[in-house]
Amino acid sequence: MRPVPGSPRTRHRTPLLLVAAAGVLATACTAGGGQATDPAGAPAADQQVTVTVWSDYTDRELGVLQQALDAFHASHPNITITNQGGQDDDKITQSIRGGNPPDVAISFATDNIGQFCSSGAWQDLGPYVGRDNVDLTQIPPAVLDYTEFNGVRCAMPMLADVYGLYYNRDMFERAGITAPPRTMSELADYAKRLTVRDPDGTIQVAGFIPQLGFYANHPQFWAPQWGARWVDDAGNSSLATDPAWRELFTWQKELVDFYGWDNLQRFTSGLGQEYSADQGFQAGRVAMAIDGEFRTAFLAEQAPNLRYGTAPAPVADARKDTYGAGAVTGTVIGIPRGARNAGAAWEVVKYLTTDTGAVVNLANGLHNVPTTRAASTSPDLKLPEQFGPFLEVFASPYLASTPTSTIGDQYIKFTEDFANSWQTGQVTDLAAGLAQLDDQINQAKQLGGR
Amino acid sequence: MTATITEVSAVDSPLTTDEPSARLRSKSRNRLWVLAFLAPWLVGFAVFFAYPLLATVYFSFTNYNGLSTADWVGLRNYAYLFTGDPLVRTAAYNTLWLVVVLTVLRVAFTLGVASVLARIRRGAGLLRTLVYLPALAPPVAATLTFVFLFNPGTGPVNTVLGWLGISGPLWFNDPALAKPALTLLTLWGSGELTIIVLAAILDVPADLYEAAALDGAGPWQRFRAITLPTIAPVLVFGVVNSIIFALQYFTQAVVAGSVASGSANMVGNSQILGYPSNSTLTFPAWLYQQGFKAYHMGYASAMAVLLFVVSFAFTAVLLRRLRGGARVEGVTG
Repeated sequence: MRPVPGSPRTRHRTPLLLVAAAGVLATACTAGGGQATDPAGAPAADQQVTVTVWSDYTDRELGVLQQALDAFHASHPNITITNQGGQDDDKITQSIRGGNPPDVAISFATDNIGQFCSSGAWQDLGPYVGRDNVDLTQIPPAVLDYTEFNGVRCAMPMLADVYGLYYNRDMFERAGITAPPRTMSELADYAKRLTVRDPDGTIQVAGFIPQLGFYANHPQFWAPQWGARWVDDAGNSSLATDPAWRELFTWQKELVDFYGWDNLQRFTSGLGQEYSADQGFQAGRVAMAIDGEFRTAFLAEQAPNLRYGTAPAPVADARKDTYGAGAVTGTVIGIPRGARNAGAAWEVVKYLTTDTGAVVNLANGLHNVPTTRAASTSPDLKLPEQFGPFLEVFASPYLASTPTSTIGDQYIKFTEDFANSWQTGQVTDLAAGLAQLDDQINQAKQLGGR
Repeated sequence: MTATITEVSAVDSPLTTDEPSARLRSKSRNRLWVLAFLAPWLVGFAVFFAYPLLATVYFSFTNYNGLSTADWVGLRNYAYLFTGDPLVRTAAYNTLWLVVVLTVLRVAFTLGVASVLARIRRGAGLLRTLVYLPALAPPVAATLTFVFLFNPGTGPVNTVLGWLGISGPLWFNDPALAKPALTLLTLWGSGELTIIVLAAILDVPADLYEAAALDGAGPWQRFRAITLPTIAPVLVFGVVNSIIFALQYFTQAVVAGSVASGSANMVGNSQILGYPSNSTLTFPAWLYQQGFKAYHMGYASAMAVLLFVVSFAFTAVLLRRLRGGARVEGVTG
């Protein structure tokens, strides 16, 4: 029986039909998951090709990349490169969705690699690596980890950020401290000795800021010092089951309580932004800080008179033998799905990530850690004296990165939220809180269902 | 064109059989013209509103990451929305808080400022300009300025409070005060609504006030019995506008949280979204985080559908009340 136009039955069906039609259209518009096929060949020497490279570099740093690309072009005159800066992950992702991506994409964050690899948004580079016999043993396992997901290598590492300890030499000398701390007990002890307070508790100089979430105090950069693992062997969140997390949070809360939460909040809110000239350590208001190697470049430019030293970050007292451990993350580079000149793009990627000369020049220019062992031990590295400890950490067998995930950095967001509830005293049962946190992370991962 | 048809009809006798069809042709031609003129708007409506709306409804029933094909999952996203997401209630509460507090204060504040501006004669132009100017400041710049002004350690607000012997609060760094501080920022920038309310107040016929004054009505009675009823439609507009504004509150909350946490310009900065303690995590901000950072585009679509339904319900109820009020006024008037 045909429904009469305008009848209740038709009226009820109309919205459903519209949604269904939109669904059909939307499905047609969504990008399909591209899987790896045979690697595209490099263009012939007489074949002129233009490769577009997108990154979020700007100004001077974009110029450093341009120099590397110019050097590539000099050795591959048939491949012309368009170097486009100021392109963040959102723009790269949109271009992939829109079917008009660059040939080469460079990302500063490793958080999205899980999605890029699993969805095929960034092409599987495994076939290229295999075809060209790229020696991946040149790259530390922790670095390889954050450039692949579930066995799919959709990115290569292009320089790394390694985390270590910065300390103010003048403050150390005044306090009679002769060497940087090697354990967390020493760090807490030195922090208390170096702290300067007014009689009312107001902090003038903090020995060490223990607030998680402030500056580079993020759980992913602290976890390796305790050997804390994010996931168990089954891939489930393991913050409650790995006792290292409890040790980390307990140590951190004790130091927060030493300062007092309100005092810390008032002190840190008066410090400059993380990447401004009046950042706390640079301004001489913080004696010790865990930060990335890139801070050396900021210090050279914005606080050239500050006398500071660097060292591997301290480790948990029970793990003294792992001293030298540290967190690593970094810049990643890949070939988006739909790249017009994938073969030529791979040549660019391979050059920027495995050619020792190119990697060394990029590291010298950008003040980041070179990602191959050959480059990180090259005599051509011209980096300040304080950079040495970061290269030590990079060579450590206890170098660790965060696991790639299909939910981006959401598990870190949840962990940081928990840390905030813990350090402010809203959560008192640490074990129960961590168990709840695991549930939240696992549920969020299941939502994607991939 | 009409003349031609009439002429043809006059020649072709008998007229009775062809007249209806000619009229029909004329009608359909007219419809085509109407459609032709409406076409640009219809295309825009279909492409930029109808299709995205319907597609969002569709995606809300799928597992979609924005990069691969969408898979139908039924009500799973809605189940997670109401039972699984650990932060959606916090985000909804923050947005609801803004809807209630910000709407009430914004309408009351603009009404108060406009009432004062309406009475001032000398320097009225300058004052009106000064009140309106903050509305022209881009939201990001205005928020940055506000966060620096209210910086507990170095900001001038707490410095002045310190001179008076008052220990200033932590403002954007205190979970209890972050939303009130955002409310202050919004009130400061509500010049547009102030000007609209001011125009409505100035539009109230002066003879009504004169008649009321002759009857012995005081300033408060005149305000309550004449000004308020006359400008009621504008105030309802202000309420609807403020509710929708609060439901979509995003930029200021994200910028304030990011700057107050000391992590502005940080790559991959979702960790500090909602700082401090998620007190500035609004529903749209969490929706954005889910869709574009966690790649839960299907779930974000479910959140968007919920937001749309709530916005629609708020607006519909208010408009119905407004129409009801207008009808009553028409009958009694």
